[in-house]
Amino acid sequence: MSTKLGVVPLADLPVIDIVPPRGWWEVNFAELWQFRELAYFFVWRDIKIRYKQTVIGAAWAVLQPLTTMVVFSLFFGRLAKIPSEGLPYPIFYFSALLPWMYFAGAVQNATNSIVDQQHVITKVYFPRLLLPISAVVSGLLDFAIGFVVFLIMMPFYHTSPSRAILLLPVFLVLAVATALSVGLWLSALNAVYRDVRYIVPFLIQVWMFVSPVVYPAALVPARWRWLYGLNPMAGVIEGFRWALTGIGTPPSLLLAVSAGAVVVVLMGGLAFFRRMEGTVADVV
Amino acid sequence: MSDVVIQVENLGKRYRIGEREPYLALRDVLTRAISAPFRLFRSPKLSPPHGDASHFWALKDVSFEVRQGEVIGIIGRNGAGKSTLLKILARVAKPTRGFARIRGRLGSLLDVGTGFHPELTGRENTYLNGAILGMGKGEIARKFDEIVAFAEIGKFIDTPVKHYSSGMYVRLAFSVAAHLEPEILLVDEVLAVGDVMFQKKCLGRMGDVAKHGRTVLFVSHSMAAVSLLCKSAIVLDHGCVKMIGPSQQAIEEYLVGAMDRHTTLYNMVGVPRVVPGLSMQVEFLTLELEGFPMKLVPADADLCLRMTVRGNRAVGNFRFFLTVYSLDGTPVGSCAGAQTHSIQEGEIASYQLQLANPLLAPGRYRFGLGVGTGNEREGFRHFDVAEDVLHFEILPAPGRDGTISEWERSWGTIRFREPVTTKCN
Repeated sequence: MSTKLGVVPLADLPVIDIVPPRGWWEVNFAELWQFRELAYFFVWRDIKIRYKQTVIGAAWAVLQPLTTMVVFSLFFGRLAKIPSEGLPYPIFYFSALLPWMYFAGAVQNATNSIVDQQHVITKVYFPRLLLPISAVVSGLLDFAIGFVVFLIMMPFYHTSPSRAILLLPVFLVLAVATALSVGLWLSALNAVYRDVRYIVPFLIQVWMFVSPVVYPAALVPARWRWLYGLNPMAGVIEGFRWALTGIGTPPSLLLAVSAGAVVVVLMGGLAFFRRMEGTVADVV
Repeated sequence: MSDVVIQVENLGKRYRIGEREPYLALRDVLTRAISAPFRLFRSPKLSPPHGDASHFWALKDVSFEVRQGEVIGIIGRNGAGKSTLLKILARVAKPTRGFARIRGRLGSLLDVGTGFHPELTGRENTYLNGAILGMGKGEIARKFDEIVAFAEIGKFIDTPVKHYSSGMYVRLAFSVAAHLEPEILLVDEVLAVGDVMFQKKCLGRMGDVAKHGRTVLFVSHSMAAVSLLCKSAIVLDHGCVKMIGPSQQAIEEYLVGAMDRHTTLYNMVGVPRVVPGLSMQVEFLTLELEGFPMKLVPADADLCLRMTVRGNRAVGNFRFFLTVYSLDGTPVGSCAGAQTHSIQEGEIASYQLQLANPLLAPGRYRFGLGVGTGNEREGFRHFDVAEDVLHFEILPAPGRDGTISEWERSWGTIRFREPVTTKCN
C-alpha cells in the first residue's frame, strides 16, 4: 500500500534544521504557503463549528447586523438625530456595520485562536501564524452573507451602488489587514496573559465609538482628521460607506493615514507574534 | 554520503519552574507594577536571586544519530526528558541550546485525535486531523476508506464524534494517525490506548511501517513493545543520554537504573504529575516506604506506606488507592482503601497504609499511588496520582533447606502460596 522509501535518494529529502530561537524578525512566507491546505482546513472547521453550534445557524449572520441596524437607526438616528450625510439611516448604519462587525468578530476569534488550540499547538508543528490568519479569514463568510443582505436592501431605500463599489475590495483588504494586525497582537498577548480575552470585548466596544460607525467622520473637525485616521477602522468604515453608496467624497486623507497605521501595527504584530511563538508551547 | 536522517547535537532545553501558576494574568503584572513601580525598570540581574533555582534542564547535551530505516526506542523514567526530546524534534518546543537536523517529511504522533472537535462528524474529523498531522486533502481522500475500515467505525462515520464511545473515538483517532506515511515518525506512548485487540493491530501496523524503510522514534514505558519493535534504544536519565545500544541491553540498563535506591522518602512537592487533569484537592507531599532502609523487602513481608497529604480544599471523604507495577511497567495488581478520610483546607495530615503480604515474586517493583473519591456508580474522581514512586525489591524466599530459591521471570510476578496437594483415594 505504500511506496518503498529506499528509492528516494536521501539528498532529495527536505532538510529541517532545529535551532534555538534567534532574531525577532523572521517570518517564513514560503512555509506559510506550503501549509496553505491546512489553513484552508482551519477556516473550514471554524465555519462548520460556528454554524453547527448556533441553533439558527447561518441565519445568525443575517440577524446580527439587521437587529443592530434597526436599533441604531431608531436610537442614534431617529431619536438622537445624528447626521447621516443625507443617507437613509438603515443604509448609513448597515454600510458601516458590515466592516465593523466583521472586524469585531475577526479580532475576537483571532484573540482566542492560539489559546483555544493549545492542545493542538503542544502536539503538532505548523506555522502558528495560520491560526490567527484563518480566524480572520473565516469571518469573511459572515461578511459575504451580510453584503448580500445589503445589496437586497438597497432598492428599498432607493439607493443603488455606484461605480465606486469597484474600489470596495481595497477597503475590504484594509479591513482584513487591520483585523489581522490587531489579532496578532492580541492572540500573542492572550497566550501569555490569559485575562486578555476578558479585556477584548471592552476594547472593541470603546473602539466602536472612536470609529465612524454611529456617526459620520465628517463630524470630526478637519484639522484633526489625520489624527482620527490613525485608527485604521476610521479609513475602512468611511471607505465602505463611500464605496457602497457613492455619496460624498472619497476619504483619501483618512485612508492614506489609516493604511500607514495598519502597516506599522501589522509589522509590529508579526514581530511580537514571532517572539511569542518560540515560547508558546512552554506556556500554554 | 551517510544515511543519517536525524542528527542531534548537544541539544538542551531549559524550563522555568517554581511559578505555581501555569500562566500569568495581565492583572497580576499590572498590580505588581503598580505596587512596586520601579522594579519593572530594574535590570533583571538586580532582582532577587531566583537565579538558577528557578530553572531546570529537562534535556542536557543530548547527542545521537539515527539512520534511515532504524526503529529506535526511547526509554527512561518519568521526567527523564523523553517527551521533551520528542517535542523538540517535532518542532513543538524550541531547544534552548544545540542543534538538530532532520532529513525528510516528519510526522509526529504525540497524541491521538489532535484537533478532534466533538461537534464534527467522524468524516469531518478525519479530514481535519489528517490535515493537522500533515496529510494533503487528496492523500486523505485516497486513504479514507482504508482509515474507516481500520477503525471499525462503519456507518457511524457521519455521526458527530461527541456521540462516539471512547473506544470508537480512540480507534478512529489512531486509525488516522496510523495512515500517516512520513519518512520519519515520532511516536509517544500512543499505543497505550484502546482495547487489547486494537493495540495488537496497532503494534502490527507500526511493525509494517518499519518494514517499509521508515525511520521511527518510539517513546514508551512498555518494555515489551520496545523490545518487540525496536532494534536499538536510547536510555535517557535526568535529561542526559545514559546509553545507546541494542534494545535488550538498553532495557536491562534501564531496569537496573530505574530502581531508585537513594531514598525511601519521596518528596512530591513540585514534581510534575503524569496523569492529566488532576484536581489536586488533596495533594501528596511526601511518600515513604517504611521499615526497609535499602528498599530490600524480604519475601512474604507486609508493606507499610506512609503518605503525607495537604488538603487544598476541605474534602469530606476520600480514599487512597494503589497499583503495584513491576519495574518494566506491567501492572501487577491494585487495591483501594475505604473511603473514610476527611481533611480541612490547609490541613496537613499523614496516613499509614498497610498492604498485607502481596505474594510478590522476587524482583523489582514500584508503586503508583492515588488519592480520590467516588465509587463505581458515580464514577471516580482522582485528586492526585503519583506514578513511578516507592521502588522496592522483593528478595528471594529462602528454600526449605535454607538455600535461596531461584525465580525465573517467565514464571510471573505472583508467588502463590504453597499449594496443598493430597492424594485422592
